[in-house]
Amino acid sequence: MFYREAGQFKTTYEADQGIFPIIQDRWFIAIMLVISLVVIPYFANEYWFQAVIIPLYIYAIAAIGLNILTGYAGQLSLGTGAFMAIGAYATYKLCTAFPDLNILIVFVMSGLFSAGVGIIFGIPSLRIKGFYLAVATLAAQFFILWLFNKVGWFYNDNPSGTITAPPREVLGIMITGPNALAITRYYVVLSFLVVFALAAKNIVRGRIGRSWMAIRDMDIAAEIIGIEPLKTKLMAFAISSFYCGVAGALYIFCWLGSAETEAFDINLSFLILFMIIIGGLGSIMGSIMGAAFITLLPIFLTNFPPMIGIHIASDLAKHLEEIIFGVLIVFFLIVEPHGLARLWQIVKEKLRQWPFPY
Amino acid sequence: MATQHTTEEVLLDVKGISLSFGGVKALNNISFDVRKGEIRAIIGPNGAGKSSMLNCINGFYHPQEGEITFKGETRKQMQPHKAAEQGIARTFQNIALFSGMSTLDNIMTGRNLKMKANVFWQALHLGPARREEVEHREVAERVIDFLEIEQIRKTPVGRLPYGLQKRVELGRALAAEPDLLLLDEPMAGMNHEEKEDMCRYILDVNDQLGTTIVLIEHDMSVVMDISDRVVVLDYGRMLADGTPDVVRTNQDVINAYLGVTHE
Repeated sequence: MFYREAGQFKTTYEADQGIFPIIQDRWFIAIMLVISLVVIPYFANEYWFQAVIIPLYIYAIAAIGLNILTGYAGQLSLGTGAFMAIGAYATYKLCTAFPDLNILIVFVMSGLFSAGVGIIFGIPSLRIKGFYLAVATLAAQFFILWLFNKVGWFYNDNPSGTITAPPREVLGIMITGPNALAITRYYVVLSFLVVFALAAKNIVRGRIGRSWMAIRDMDIAAEIIGIEPLKTKLMAFAISSFYCGVAGALYIFCWLGSAETEAFDINLSFLILFMIIIGGLGSIMGSIMGAAFITLLPIFLTNFPPMIGIHIASDLAKHLEEIIFGVLIVFFLIVEPHGLARLWQIVKEKLRQWPFPY
Repeated sequence: MATQHTTEEVLLDVKGISLSFGGVKALNNISFDVRKGEIRAIIGPNGAGKSSMLNCINGFYHPQEGEITFKGETRKQMQPHKAAEQGIARTFQNIALFSGMSTLDNIMTGRNLKMKANVFWQALHLGPARREEVEHREVAERVIDFLEIEQIRKTPVGRLPYGLQKRVELGRALAAEPDLLLLDEPMAGMNHEEKEDMCRYILDVNDQLGTTIVLIEHDMSVVMDISDRVVVLDYGRMLADGTPDVVRTNQDVINAYLGVTHE
């Protein structure tokens, strides 16, 4: 009743190929935009921005990046953390070497560095697949972090070994550095997320997206149609690493403020991988939902017992939280192995007939 | 039934092809030609080397000996995507569709080679990328009309029944507007009615689009009915080559198919 295509006739292919062909989807996106542009900034305080929403958006960008590679092109990667690190360190080097360069441009340029390295580490994908490729990308993860730790040039020989976001302004508004307001950083991260999510959606529904999925589903048939496996896979690695690189830059410059390579260790790679598995492989919306799930669930588990009047010692609460988090993930994957995106699709299919299913 | 489009012009010429895997000779000195516009069948018992022959033609296997001339270009080794660029499309014995994608997307993927817009336009979905999507959608829709699969346009192909999947696979190959279409057992596992449908589509493709077709098939009545000329393979050797009538009466072919008593 509330969600159905019936009666929404398309008279041109162009209309049928629109990004959100169904009017309810357009409303949904519009409402989400209003919530994120107006409602959240109005209600959220410093804690919510810093602890929840900004990291959620950054993770979502990285998750979209990994989903392009793993969900759409079918190439398993455990190097997400490293590609994010490249984005962060490239931003640091660029904005300390060229202090006058617009920081937003620097973010995008850092993504390009990450894309370049992604292409290099994508070359083995022509020969190896699945878990073996994951191991090869693991090499990227360890090698790149080791390099950033070992070679002082990457962190400007800073004795503490950390990189710190320098204060930078765009149009007179402080965007990075200790004095940047949470709300400013929120809007920066949100704009990146919206633009990148729409671009990703456009890419995956066009020729490039189809050739990625063709390689994923049946690489031999794809090759016989004329899709070059190496070119297509490297394109996926490049675009995926670009997204991860920009996410990594935002991770340091719009969220943490300063960090060492440990911030980008293998745990981060796994975290992003869990997000896309839970959100749904091969879905842009799923990447965002997965990021939201993984970020919000621990916060919910911490805050929920006190809300209903149960007070637990904080160390016990922390352990319980981890146990419940793990159990929920396992439960969730058994119930719906295709993730939140599939669940969302099922809800839509049910709503199509509701309240008169027959 | 001989088709009217057959000309004397040779589109594909296969000369002295030998292919072996280790010690096993899959193909042994095979030569035949395919004329522009004809329907050419390759038949033979299981393991005769029919699929290997198709794999050689579209560059998936590289024969150790012999050469293949397509549209006047001779080549010894080539990559499958190069063969696709030259205008060779194929379907598979075991369906090889992109199961996570819809029927429409599968067929649009068949148009992949003809689409050129770069990643920046695609990310914006503007300008050339947008025009291209609409333009190629029109071609894809013509294929969909032709194969009468309008109602499953947006269904993920993994959910479709076998017969329809075979049809979608044919559609994906047709979307590339190939000069040469290789069909590997297009009617395997179908019932009588579905076979008749598939025969009709194959004849229509040949007749209306003028596509040259090489097909592998086990059903003799189908082969004899729709093909112009037949190649018979057995254990990698070539037994016979000629019109269905000639092949039918060939003693070697009868022996291979019906068996012969050794005294």
